Formats: sequence, C-alpha cells, structure tokens
Amino acid sequence: MTQTMSGAKMVVQALIDQGVDTVFGYPGGAVLPIYDEIFQQNSIRHFLVRHEQGAVHAAEGYARSTGKPGVVLVTSGPGATNAVTGLTDALMDSIPIVVLTGQVPTFMIGSDAFQEADTVGITRPCTKHNWLVKDTNELAATLHTAFHVATAGRPGPVLVDIPKDVQFADGTYEGPAKMKSHYQPQVKGDLDAITQLVEAMETAKKPIFYTGGGVINSGPVASQLLRELVAATNFPITSTLMGLGSYPAKGDNWLGMLGMHGLYEANMAMHDCDLMINIGARFDDRITGRLDAFSPDSIKAHIDIDKSSINKVIRVDIPIVGDVAHVLEDILKVWKARGRKTNSEGVKEWWSEIDAWRKIRCLDYKPGTKTIKPQYALERLEALTKDHDRYITTEVGQHQMWAAQYLGFNDPNRWMTSGGLGTMGYGFPASIGVQVAHPDSLVINVAGEASWLMNMQEMGTAMQYGLPVKQFILNNERLGMVRQWQELLHGERYSQSWSESLPDFVKLAEAFGAKGILCSDPADLDDAIIEMLAYDGPVIFDCLVEKHENCFPMIPSGKAHNEMLLGDFAMKGAIDATGSVLV
Amino acid sequence: MNALNITKGSSSNSAYNLRSGHEDVIERHTLAVLVANEPGVLARVIGLFSGRGYNIESLTVAEVDHAGHTSRITIVTTGTPQIIEQIKAQLGRIIPVYDVHDLTVEGPSVERELSLFKVSGKGEKRVEALRLADVFRANVVDSTLDSFTFEVVGSPEKIDAFGELMRPLGLSEMARTGVAALSRG
Repeated sequence: MTQTMSGAKMVVQALIDQGVDTVFGYPGGAVLPIYDEIFQQNSIRHFLVRHEQGAVHAAEGYARSTGKPGVVLVTSGPGATNAVTGLTDALMDSIPIVVLTGQVPTFMIGSDAFQEADTVGITRPCTKHNWLVKDTNELAATLHTAFHVATAGRPGPVLVDIPKDVQFADGTYEGPAKMKSHYQPQVKGDLDAITQLVEAMETAKKPIFYTGGGVINSGPVASQLLRELVAATNFPITSTLMGLGSYPAKGDNWLGMLGMHGLYEANMAMHDCDLMINIGARFDDRITGRLDAFSPDSIKAHIDIDKSSINKVIRVDIPIVGDVAHVLEDILKVWKARGRKTNSEGVKEWWSEIDAWRKIRCLDYKPGTKTIKPQYALERLEALTKDHDRYITTEVGQHQMWAAQYLGFNDPNRWMTSGGLGTMGYGFPASIGVQVAHPDSLVINVAGEASWLMNMQEMGTAMQYGLPVKQFILNNERLGMVRQWQELLHGERYSQSWSESLPDFVKLAEAFGAKGILCSDPADLDDAIIEMLAYDGPVIFDCLVEKHENCFPMIPSGKAHNEMLLGDFAMKGAIDATGSVLV
Repeated sequence: MNALNITKGSSSNSAYNLRSGHEDVIERHTLAVLVANEPGVLARVIGLFSGRGYNIESLTVAEVDHAGHTSRITIVTTGTPQIIEQIKAQLGRIIPVYDVHDLTVEGPSVERELSLFKVSGKGEKRVEALRLADVFRANVVDSTLDSFTFEVVGSPEKIDAFGELMRPLGLSEMARTGVAALSRG
C-alpha cells in the first residue's frame, strides 16, 4: 500500500499496520500533530499516564504480559528525558518497546529551542537502537524497521524521534511488507554444539537447568519445550528472577529461584553440579556471587540469542548462540535420536542430595503473633489468589524478593518485575499496563511503601480508565533492603533508610476515589485480602508489617553460593546442615 | 548483629568487587568494522567503548562505498582475550554494524598510517632532518626558510621512530591519521 499522507497520519497508520491497538503516552507541543490524528480515529486506544516514566513502565508491563511490543508516545525535551529510566529498564530486562518522541522542527534542532533535547544522543546508550527522522518520506520505513528491531533477536527498547515539521509535511507511506532490514539475528543453534551438550547430558551425574528471562522472551513454545525436556530427563531446574514461570513452581523438578536471595537448595545445587545448562540467563552478579568460587566443578553450557552474553562474565565450555525455542527443539530431537539416555543412577543420587538440602526449609520464618510478617502476608496472598487468573508485578526491594520466594508462578508472562536495573517505581505503572492488556484478570502489584510512592501519581491513570489494579503494599516504614544491608554490612548505621512523613494510604486512595484498606493484625489479614479481591476497582492495600524483618536466604556479595546466610528459624528444621553455612 | 564478621565501615565486600584477581595478558588487536553510514553510527561505536570501559588506541573512519553508504571503521584496541571477544560481540550487536573483522587473528594484514611532522630549525639540524627524512622515504609537503613539513606513510612503529628522531632536530607539531588496515591477499 503506497499513498500520500502527513507524517502525523503516517505514525498512526504505521501503528495500525503493525497491529498496535494500545498506546501509553502524554501529549506536548512537539507531538500535537500526532495527537490530533489520534483524536480522529478509533483503531488505537491511547492511555493518558501522569508521568512519562509511568508510560514506559506501563508499556513494559503490557509487553511482558502479552509478548507483543509496548508502544509509548511522548513529547520532546522533558517528555523524552522522563522516559530514560524506563528505556534503561527495558534494555536491561530485554523488553520490546517502541517509544515515539516529538522533536522540535528540523530547522530549529541545535538552537536550544524550547523543550529541545538531544533525544537520540541521550537515549543512544539506553536503547537497542534509535532514529531521528528528518524526512517524512523515510518515516514509514523507519517506524516499521523500529518494530522489527525491537522484537527480533534479543528484544529491547527502540526510540524514534520525530521533528514537528516532519509530522506536518506530506510524504509517501509504505506498508510493513516493503520493510527490508539486514538485521536478521541467528535463531538456530549450531548442531555440533548441541550434540556436544546432549552428550554431556547423557553422562552427567549432577546436572542442573539454570533458566532465565530468555525462555520467556522466546515465547510460550520455549516454555513448553523446556517442560518437556525437564520431564524427559528428570534433571532439577532453577531459574533467575526474570525467568520465573517458564517452568511451573508446582512442578516436581522445581528447586525455586537461585541467586542472592534464592533458595538454599537451588544455590547449593548450582555450586555442586557437574553440568550446568544455562538457558537464556546471563550470569548476572546477583546470580553468581564470587566468580572464582562459582560452581567450580561443572561443565557449563550457555544458550543465548545474544553472542555478547556468552563468555562475558563466566567462561563456558559449550556456547550455543540461538533462540531458546529453536535450540531446545533441536536438543530434544538429538537427545531422542540418540536413544533418550541419561545417567539415571547418578541423577537419582543427585536428587537425594538435593532433598537433604530441601530439609533445611530455608524459607521458614518465625511467625508473628501481633504483627504481620511480610512472608506471612505473601503466603496468605498466594493461598487466596493462586487459583485466580492472576498477574503479579512488583516494585524493587525486600518485598520483591519475598514475592519471588513465596508466590508460585506456573506460567510464563505472569510475573513482571524490574530485574536488571532494579527500578523502584516500576511496579505500579507496570500493573496498569498489564491490566490494560488483560482487563478481566486479577493484577496485583506487590510493593513496598517507599517504591510505591515513586510513581504514585499513576493512581490518576488507574482511576480514569477504571483499571482495578490491586496495590498490595508491605509497609514497614523503611527502605527495607537498604536497612538490611546497613544492618549486616554497615554497622547498623541506618542512614536515611526510614520512610518519614508517610501518607495515610487509605485516605490517599479515597482522595483519588479508590478503595483503601488498612491491615495490621495477622488475624484480620485473610478477610482484608478477600475484601481487596472482591472490590471492583483500584485498591491500595496498606499492610503494616514487621519493621525489621530481614530477607533470607542471602548470599552476601563477595561470597560463594555455599556461603549463604539463613534466617535463624530455617536452621531449626535442619537434620544435618551440610556445607559451610554462615548463620 | 554483624553476621558477616566484616569490619564496621568496611566496603571491601561491595558487590562490585566480584571480579577475580586472575589477569590475562593484554593483547593489541586491529578491528575492521563495516557499518551503514548513517547519522550517529560513529557515536554508537565510540559510546560502546567508553560506556563499557574498553580502550581505543586509534580509530579511523571514512565512507568506502558511496553507492552503498558503507563506512569502514578501523579500531586498534587492547585488552585480555576475553575482553577482545566481548568487544567484537558487542560491536556485532550494534544494529548498523554489518560485519566485524579481527585483522590480528584472521591471518596476515597490512597496517598503514599517514602522519605530518613540522620540524623547525636552521643550519646543521635542518640538513640532518632532511637527510633522515630521505632515509624514511618521507615527502616534503611544505617548506619555509626555517621549517619543513614532512609526510610519512607507514606502520605506526615507523612513524613513532621518525618522531623520536625529529624531536631533537626541532619537531614543533605533528598530526597522525590513525591506522587503516586490510587483510593480505
């Protein structure tokens, strides 16, 4: 389809042709022509946020929960700079989003015009790629390429900066079918390397799957194939924070999350394994701990679509560049063709070692009688919502780690959290994006009070569009994770880590026209959660929890996987605490 | 409670101190990077090096295919073998990068650099500068009564050597293009 139209109309047409029906944005001078076009059509629904950072996180939530790219439209200057945190977040967590920014007219670029910023310069390091379009005739092709780049290979955020005169001018529009790009990442893994991995799988005594966000990014087929492979081999499986849900938490081979606040059995198994199969994870420092003591005796295989992830931190023996679903399919094929062999005797023994670690019961905690323990709050939330069609987002901190530990995820795309960048303020706008994509599902943002306040303005968005997002705030009146580190590492000097002058969250909810619930007694908790679930609209749930609870297990930074700190209570259930466990 | 037995106020257990003390030998590599000649492409390459803390010893860039809008960036960099591999992988994932060649490992290659030297002096020194320039097959591209400007083309080592010789003879200014390189054959 080739026709002449204004640049502004092209933007809307390109979005429609890319199958976009939802845009998160905020208008301003430099995008007014595009907003004028949005006003005159009904194919795309625009959600007006209250801050541009919220728009990007909402788009991330939308993208992560649907597998489709999220789209953001903001103005020049401050509109673009406010989007930077969200772009960086999406880059770190490989979330496909397309951000469109207005720019001052081309003839004013470089003159320090009103609301001018060097948007492509500022966002170059925090996007997968970005473009400044100076000619309306190149706009359509650039937009289609932007969607291709955002979603192909390792997904990520892209940005297209569109000067106002380019929006006004007429040009030739071409549909996505004509889009040509040399950017065609390799999806099939090398068969020799795959065969080498299968050979290692056939003899390994202590194998482990270590999976990450790449499995989820690869799509639902990747999760299906992963489940098939785990069931067929009976190998144990653990996952990073970003990969939760690709293998079900209720599955038999599930060890729980690994890493700094991962489960004891998962970290011990990573340390002691003889074959580590990394699928779509990236050996992040929150996972590896001390590098020279990281899983010292294992053969390591690494499947990743991004070549630069391989050998970046940990040197691996079997590198496989490719898309997780394609590679898993080939692994299964080769493994079946070679006779479906595993060292079942060895693996059986491995499981008995793992079962001994499980007996530590590392997530046990001392229940509170008068105060709500945050772990208890999440256990009850899990019990009362696990049968719902449920999506969880989180902010960043202790509550995020407890949510990862105590909530069970049985499907991919159900868990949205800021992993790589650790962006406080992510969860609330992300929950809005998820709810927009899944209007009839239960969407809960597990939050801390400090994180939540960082983007609380989005209450206005939730109210305007009647999005019944549940804000489940574990309120300890502290920056809990900062406080924990100060307790353990900085001599209990609690520098600036308390939340002073907190609002009354119930009144705050009511001020926006939403429902507020306060709960401080463990005996009332179930009823309060049920009340939250029953309310058809946004709820702020102010759950007052124990103020000085620490998040365990914890691998202190600079320590190895087998040097975990456990909570006082967990050890009580231990039959024999093997390994050098620091308490 | 100080469960980790870490001295109060110590920061030696920072998460950012995880790198192993094991250091590999530092290697020098010449990379040829073929890129689409679009606005900002050089900034992307340079930003990658500065953002991730890689070294640039020299960098040259020019469009080599005007019809195809393709530029060739020649980068001389140093690092451990692991870092060099990372640099190549990171360059390869920049969208407008078509291809990355490591000329140092992909067989023999030729490296040439062009340089200009302004040498001021009179009498014996002036004669000696001219005589040495002849030995280095340098061209005189400008001359006044009390100065010469020499053009020297060759390997970076040859240019370094010429500069050292000119210093006592009145070297006042020099300019270098950085390395351009091609594989042999």
